[in-house]
Amino acid sequence: MSTEIIHQTAAQMSAELASGNVTAVELASAHYDRISAVDGDVHAFLHLDREGALAQAAGVDVLRKAGEKVHPLAGVPLALKDVLTQKGVPTTCGSKMLEGWRPPYDSTVVTNLKKAGIVILGKTNMDEFAMGSSTENSAYGTTRNPWDLSRIPGGSGGGSSAALAAFEAPLAIGTDTGGSIRQPAAVTGTVGVKPTYGTVSRYGLVAFSSSLDQAGPCARTVLDTAMLHEVIAGYDPKDSTSINAPVGKMVEAAKKLDVKGMKIGVVKELAGDGYQAGVTIRFNEALEALVSAGAEIIEVSAPSFEYALAAYYLIAPAEASSNLARFDSMRYGIRIGDDGSRSAEEVMKMTREVGFGKEVKRRIILGTYALSSGYYDAYYGSAQKVRTLIKRDYEAAFTKVDVLVSPTCPTTAFKIGEKSEDPLAMYLNDVCTIPINLAGIGGMSLPCGLAPEDGLPVGFQIMSPAMKDELMYQVSGTLEAALQSSWGKPLYASAPELSVR
Amino acid sequence: MALNYDQAIELYEPSLGLEVHVELNTNSKMFCGCATVFGASPNTQTCPVCLGLPGSLPVVNARAVESSIRIGLALNCSIVPVSRFARKNYFYPDMPKNFQTSQFDEPICINGYLDVTIDTEEGPKLFRIDIERVHMEEDTGKSLHVGGATGRIHGAEHSLLDYNRAGIPLVEIVTRIVPGTEKYAPEVARAFVAELRDILQSLGVSDVKMEQGSMRCDANLSISPRSSGLLGTRSETKNVNSLRSVERAVRGEIIRQANRLQAGERIVQETRHFQEESGETRSGRSKEQAEDYRYFPEPDLLPILADPAWVEELRLGLPEKPSIRRKRLQESWGVPDKEMLAMVNAELLDTVEETVLLGADPTKARSWWLGEISRLANEKDVSPRSLIESTEVAEIISLIAAGELTDKLARQVLEGVISGEGTARAVIEKRGLKVLSDDSALMVAIEAAIAAQQETAERVRAGNIPAAGALIGAVMKATGGQADAAKVRELLLRHLGQG
Amino acid sequence: MAAISREEVAHLARLSRIEMTDTELDHLASEMGLILDSVSKVQGVAGDDIPPSSHAISMQNVMRPDVVVASLTTEETLSGAPAREDDRFKVPQILGEE
Repeated sequence: MSTEIIHQTAAQMSAELASGNVTAVELASAHYDRISAVDGDVHAFLHLDREGALAQAAGVDVLRKAGEKVHPLAGVPLALKDVLTQKGVPTTCGSKMLEGWRPPYDSTVVTNLKKAGIVILGKTNMDEFAMGSSTENSAYGTTRNPWDLSRIPGGSGGGSSAALAAFEAPLAIGTDTGGSIRQPAAVTGTVGVKPTYGTVSRYGLVAFSSSLDQAGPCARTVLDTAMLHEVIAGYDPKDSTSINAPVGKMVEAAKKLDVKGMKIGVVKELAGDGYQAGVTIRFNEALEALVSAGAEIIEVSAPSFEYALAAYYLIAPAEASSNLARFDSMRYGIRIGDDGSRSAEEVMKMTREVGFGKEVKRRIILGTYALSSGYYDAYYGSAQKVRTLIKRDYEAAFTKVDVLVSPTCPTTAFKIGEKSEDPLAMYLNDVCTIPINLAGIGGMSLPCGLAPEDGLPVGFQIMSPAMKDELMYQVSGTLEAALQSSWGKPLYASAPELSVR
Repeated sequence: MALNYDQAIELYEPSLGLEVHVELNTNSKMFCGCATVFGASPNTQTCPVCLGLPGSLPVVNARAVESSIRIGLALNCSIVPVSRFARKNYFYPDMPKNFQTSQFDEPICINGYLDVTIDTEEGPKLFRIDIERVHMEEDTGKSLHVGGATGRIHGAEHSLLDYNRAGIPLVEIVTRIVPGTEKYAPEVARAFVAELRDILQSLGVSDVKMEQGSMRCDANLSISPRSSGLLGTRSETKNVNSLRSVERAVRGEIIRQANRLQAGERIVQETRHFQEESGETRSGRSKEQAEDYRYFPEPDLLPILADPAWVEELRLGLPEKPSIRRKRLQESWGVPDKEMLAMVNAELLDTVEETVLLGADPTKARSWWLGEISRLANEKDVSPRSLIESTEVAEIISLIAAGELTDKLARQVLEGVISGEGTARAVIEKRGLKVLSDDSALMVAIEAAIAAQQETAERVRAGNIPAAGALIGAVMKATGGQADAAKVRELLLRHLGQG
Repeated sequence: MAAISREEVAHLARLSRIEMTDTELDHLASEMGLILDSVSKVQGVAGDDIPPSSHAISMQNVMRPDVVVASLTTEETLSGAPAREDDRFKVPQILGEE
């Protein structure tokens, strides 16, 4: 592996920028070069905002040179999931529906990134409106996993995770409704965090399922992720569900490298049949590493998790059916069939037929059904009650342990096309990641090795009580250090070299 | 032969229910900080939130919540301790998100009532109208239909949308079915809307301008054959935009429905639109296939907790109820029922009160406003209020009381003020309209009158006082009305030995 | 298997304003049957005493003061419009009520 600057961590790049060894413009350019070289194969990006990013970088350089105090991550590049608005920059959500739409406003996440001087390289690919686990549902083509280009990079945020794994960016933003940050992180050997619901503003995050969606930081290391986390989190009066509390000290927690005396719960229900052998092996090795570091492992039962997937696939589509109603061709986005003879109603129908992909339509229909009169109580109502039970399972578990852990996904990255015709098989991918979204607590994935049978990354999931996200960083920081010292190098450094064009 | 109203009522019993939408007069919208100015240029009071742009999120306007609670309290409602917003899902181009953020099964206020009194053949009768709920929601944008001959939806080639109104806070007040209105259903409907409007105005929560749409009434009406105990199929007449129209629409619906049933046709459950010109309603959307709005709790908004201490504070801050205020004013002014009702109906109660507070005699204030000023306003087809300030009216009344103006002169002063010649005093000055209070000038005129009618003067001298009228009339004529008749009478009688 | 007819799917498609061909309706009807089978396991899990959770977190009374903040410019407002006329969004004829 080369020692080019793009292979460094964000923390290292930050130090290089601070010491003046590299400028933000050079750093951004190096990443654009890398993107030009490999993104033809990977297809992580949907749009590059070269002009905007370089202007941002130049601004940071001016301030640094003048000796102004800037954020440590100022000048470090970032890949932004295309579900967050950035003023004047195309935002498609991976949908044909929004082709060409340039929002007139910045999401709060983008505002926070810009304030910190983080350079936004461009927008990354995703499953349409964040519905999927593979990016195969993007209207703009599938992103490929840099570890094996014939495999999926996870989803919905596969573009962001692939960009990290392919060294196209050291930092990325994802959004997680049922695992869209953590599952892509797991299958690409990167780190991704879904913060406690309400700690990162949803203003400007194009809603899939409002009560579940949460944006979060992604990077190649725990520390980088923690640094980004502190930038994007914080109270936002524009989001009614934003929690008015100080941001936890994530960086400090990530640097603790100590789990002595911590109680770590293994969720009994998130293991067993259906879990790939290599996933279980690596997961257990990670547990051993944590024990060696002084943690106590306790088995914990969460009986309602059995119903989490079903509850999720009612609540999320129900909210989505309403959230996606606004895409009707009247005010923005594409418009189909407006030939002067058709009514607004007909044009709406035709536009939504053409503008939405199969999975999105499937979920809109499912969600409409779950909310419709006569079925509400049996479906949506029951799912909301299951949600209460899942919250209670977590509350009970957290009286016994500090954090909970499980594999992030039952398997490593599957082949592109393998599950695209079988929605139920695809949904099963989210079985470990969904419960935390329903409960609104924090969860993360970090790499815990390569599965022996296919040599692909395995993800280790850590779940922490609401508003205690720093605990995840404390555990993951320690685990990452322990595993890297046993491997001799970070996992991402083992990724195969991509052919360069 | 078609049934008229009286015949319809003889055969059928009406059931009336009302839904009133009120735009609150907050500075900013329900869920965003956009301004709410009426009549602004299209799409200038719009932002990502009220345009429903992808990614935008609502945040509740605290004053809208407060106003809603105050409305509930003024309507004798219970304030629900925990209320929630819900999404009402349906597609319509004037609704940017294709759902309306509203309240469904957990509205903010429930179970209130409003009493109204109407004049019946048996004298004033009180009706209690039960309020089912008061809930918060957001208004829609406005569409302009282009290409059709009339600007109406039918025949239009395309439509143009302005979202300035989208997201303006609305409060919807829903009554239960009002029992026993009998033939007075139209009057009861009108009285309810009028009383509600007065209450909202006294609370200061809305402009309540029906003609601008800041208060909109839907009338639900069904009829059933007398003593059948059945409830008929109801129609919902939308957006009836004046008090008079409320009354006309209900009356029209009773006649229409009765005639349909008489003709053996069933009533269709539907939305109807009131036609201002004809006073009839026209069929709109059928509601036979009930819309499935798929209400569910709004995940982007959190529950509203009405803290009892807060509610009490708001209750204590409520203004005097319009009905109580009317009673108080009537007693203190000593005005008979009929004149009081006339002032209320003419919407001049506030104005008269204002004039009285400026020192005018209540009877005089009432008679000027309802008499001469209303007559002039009628001629110009404007409201009396818009013609002249209360201060000027009070001034004129006080000048009459002081004997500086006669009624006749005062009418000229009034006319001058209204035509823009300045204040009452300025008009008096400019037109030289002062009462002749100079006794010697009057005496000249009195002596002239006596000289011209010596026989009459003799009769007065002989004790026939009423005969003096002719002489006084002559003096008044000679002085062009600028003399004070009482003064003339006094001087004349004294001069003729009868003082 | 939870059966859902093509007509039901067609009704749902109408409610959600999506044009669908007969083939799509058929396909979706069979898929929906399978999915509903799988998600219907939520039924009867929680008793009547369990309250529903509509939100991930429990907070209340989040409100903003009634203060006007700057709107978008008309140009920004209309920037995404597929069609516009006289500073308004131009849309096809609207059927329905006035």
